[in-house]
Amino acid sequence: MSLEVKLITGRTLHQGASMERLGKESEEYTKSVAVCEMDPADMEKLGVKEGDIVKVATDSGEVFLWAAKSRQAPHEGTIFIPMGPWANALVDAGTNSTGMPDFKGVKARVEPAPEGKVLNAVELVREIYGYNY
Amino acid sequence: MATITDVICPFCGTLCDDIEVVVNGSKIESARHACKIGNSKFLSINDIPRPIKPLIRENGASREASIDEAIAKAAEILSNSKRALLFGWSSTSCEATAVGIEIAEEIGGLIDGTTTVCHGPTVMAVQYVGLPSVTLGEIKNRADLVIYWGANPMHAHPRHLSRYSIFPRGYFRERGQQDRELIVVDVRKTDTAKIANHFIQVEFGKDYELLSALRMIVNGGELEEEEVAGVPKEKIIELADKMMNCQFGILFFGMGLTMSPGKHRNIDNAISLVKNLNRHTKFSIMPMRGHWNVTGFGEVMTWQTGYPFAVDFSRGYARYNPGETSANDVLQREEVDAVLVVASDPVAHFPRKSVAHLARVPMITIAPHHSLTTELSEIFIPSSMVGIEEEGTAYRMDTVPLFTRKVIDPPQGVLSDVEILKRILEKIREMR
Repeated sequence: MSLEVKLITGRTLHQGASMERLGKESEEYTKSVAVCEMDPADMEKLGVKEGDIVKVATDSGEVFLWAAKSRQAPHEGTIFIPMGPWANALVDAGTNSTGMPDFKGVKARVEPAPEGKVLNAVELVREIYGYNY
Repeated sequence: MATITDVICPFCGTLCDDIEVVVNGSKIESARHACKIGNSKFLSINDIPRPIKPLIRENGASREASIDEAIAKAAEILSNSKRALLFGWSSTSCEATAVGIEIAEEIGGLIDGTTTVCHGPTVMAVQYVGLPSVTLGEIKNRADLVIYWGANPMHAHPRHLSRYSIFPRGYFRERGQQDRELIVVDVRKTDTAKIANHFIQVEFGKDYELLSALRMIVNGGELEEEEVAGVPKEKIIELADKMMNCQFGILFFGMGLTMSPGKHRNIDNAISLVKNLNRHTKFSIMPMRGHWNVTGFGEVMTWQTGYPFAVDFSRGYARYNPGETSANDVLQREEVDAVLVVASDPVAHFPRKSVAHLARVPMITIAPHHSLTTELSEIFIPSSMVGIEEEGTAYRMDTVPLFTRKVIDPPQGVLSDVEILKRILEKIREMR
């Protein structure tokens, strides 16, 4: 079972605070940012609960995240992932000649992924991009 | 212990200037008045390990290097590049940006800032239609109608509402919040929307239509559709009436407009709406600039190169063409052969395809801490934190410049961004 959604990304208080206080390598940052905030109705459709692991995929790639019940609902059919390496691994290439990538409105698919593993920021960057040496 | 007052917070574009920092030796005990994010930034001095020596990556491993060696190697990479990108600048001072522009000009490179991934479309729209704006002080003293459109300051600018827009008492708004009305337009019922007097939920990607409908009413036209962008006709008429009949209105807008389909055209329409409203009342508009000194980057770029961001010096003079000369475009076209990152973390905040190219080319990063960008960098030169360990000029979101204070010494041996950049520039000039 998967759900077609629109992905929007952006700042959250916890993303900003955990990034500034303890850095992007910290567990707090991963817990604050590697989350997929979903409308409760969408969670019900997929049969996922708060803290379950979901796979979010776009034409650019896929990542595993913890599902989180949105406290800024209703927004059925739209998921929110805080700005950071997980969200940006899903953002499409191109800027439509504006210089600005489409950080909001990316077509995405969400599905439950109980076997998936949520990587921390460093692991994610290493897995996707490797090193330049 | 010493208390330093009137310190300027170095996190977001609100530049709160009332922070009281309590310093105990080399530690910061507290940052009174700061929001959760600002407080975290000050206290990070105690918690995040600070690299002191530069790191150079060679043969699959990082090794410590002297500052002289790191600067010489950085200068060599930049000097030998055919199309270098100099990126970042929003978390450093205007003085550092000024030196960065000199380096870009010297090597015929590209220079772009985080503007390109926040309010770049706003800057483009302002070039089309201007910007009827004000200072935050005027808003505090006069505004009786405050609109946040596609912006969620409760998360991104946590003290914006309490310092400038809704809660403070102003000269003409003596009762503070009771004398003002707050309207939020967003695709989600955000935490800012929850405290608003009115929330208008717009369909994703339809902001342009809703702005056009409002302009039609404000300009005396009649709305024929029963619903626009998911908003019922009567609600749109009510919103237009509120806008036309306030005494002093302000429209703050954020990434909800700049990053959604339409981008700069959304902003063009929002600014045009505000211009139309000025036939009825006094109304202003302001972008919610996010990264700390991102406004200052644009100011320095404009007075030194004539253009606000995305400038290409490869022809020996400044060229500006967002979509062609902007950071993500040159990275995704794989044109860039070297990158200098200052006070930013594009590996965390750029789309996958852009980061894939960053990982392929030699990258030099100047920043106070390890980051995902330093993970992929060939050279990492640690620097002091502007606004905490270093003075410097920064611009608030309303383009008011403020000189930031130093509250604590940087770790011994760690230089400022300005000094590191000046020494790289000097070395490049020696090589050429």
